[in-house]
Amino acid sequence: MPMIMRTAMLGGVAMMLASLPAQAATMKVVIDKLVFTPAEISLAVGDTIEWVNRDVMEHTATVEGGFDVRIPAKKSASIVVKEAGTLDYYCRYHPNMRGRIVARAK
Amino acid sequence: MSVRISTIFAAFCLLSPAAFAQDAPSDPQIAHIAYTAGVIDIEAANLAVKMSKNEDVVAFAKDMLRDHEAVNKQALDLVAKLKVTPEDNATSQSLTQAAAKERDALAKLDGAAFDKAYVENEIAYHKQVNGALETLLIPSAQNAELKDLLQTGLKLFQGHQQHAEHVATMLE
Ligand SMILES: [Cu+2]
Repeated sequence: MPMIMRTAMLGGVAMMLASLPAQAATMKVVIDKLVFTPAEISLAVGDTIEWVNRDVMEHTATVEGGFDVRIPAKKSASIVVKEAGTLDYYCRYHPNMRGRIVARAK
Repeated sequence: MSVRISTIFAAFCLLSPAAFAQDAPSDPQIAHIAYTAGVIDIEAANLAVKMSKNEDVVAFAKDMLRDHEAVNKQALDLVAKLKVTPEDNATSQSLTQAAAKERDALAKLDGAAFDKAYVENEIAYHKQVNGALETLLIPSAQNAELKDLLQTGLKLFQGHQQHAEHVATMLE
């Protein structure tokens, strides 16, 4: 690819990124060897949490009386944070797996 | 023990850096024990899926099947990669014998009595395996990748133990 064309394309991408409105973020939590990392995440209402499961077994991110997200082996799953507050979650299949979400108001 | 085997054994002890810890299992033996521990739980779970009418117990048993099948496949992939041939040994054999006895006893029960006995047995079994992993198998493992897989196995078995304890409270 000619250099000038590549530069033009990169410039186009940069412009597109710059023109996006300030928007909700996505925070990744990696699951590896039955551990949520980071164990605690801080984010704002409207942001997305994406769990990336690197294990060969399925896990869940479950809040007692709240959400229950299944995260199949080698797959990802996500939710949008709806309310401000601190939520402790765990895995229903392996309750020794624990994580925390600290959500601030928008 | 034949003269030949005892000679080989003595030679092995002289050559082995683990000569002072003759009770410590080798990596091929550890791999066999860990795999056997998974198979035993799979067999117990198959029995529970067949025998139990309790939704929570069946769901738990299916979780055990899914996890242990996945981890045992991972273990087989690892030993193939490491070119380690799992080696049958007295610990694997006594585990298998004890489990067969336990399954026979379980199979004679039904209904709530079966559910209670299965779940209690799962708690006790996972505890026992956790103890073996922590005190013997993980410290004895020489290969770093095998040790790592055993450490993940320990977290998995600890998780299953807690899960089983939770199911037990639902049966009360
Ligand atoms: Cu889990």
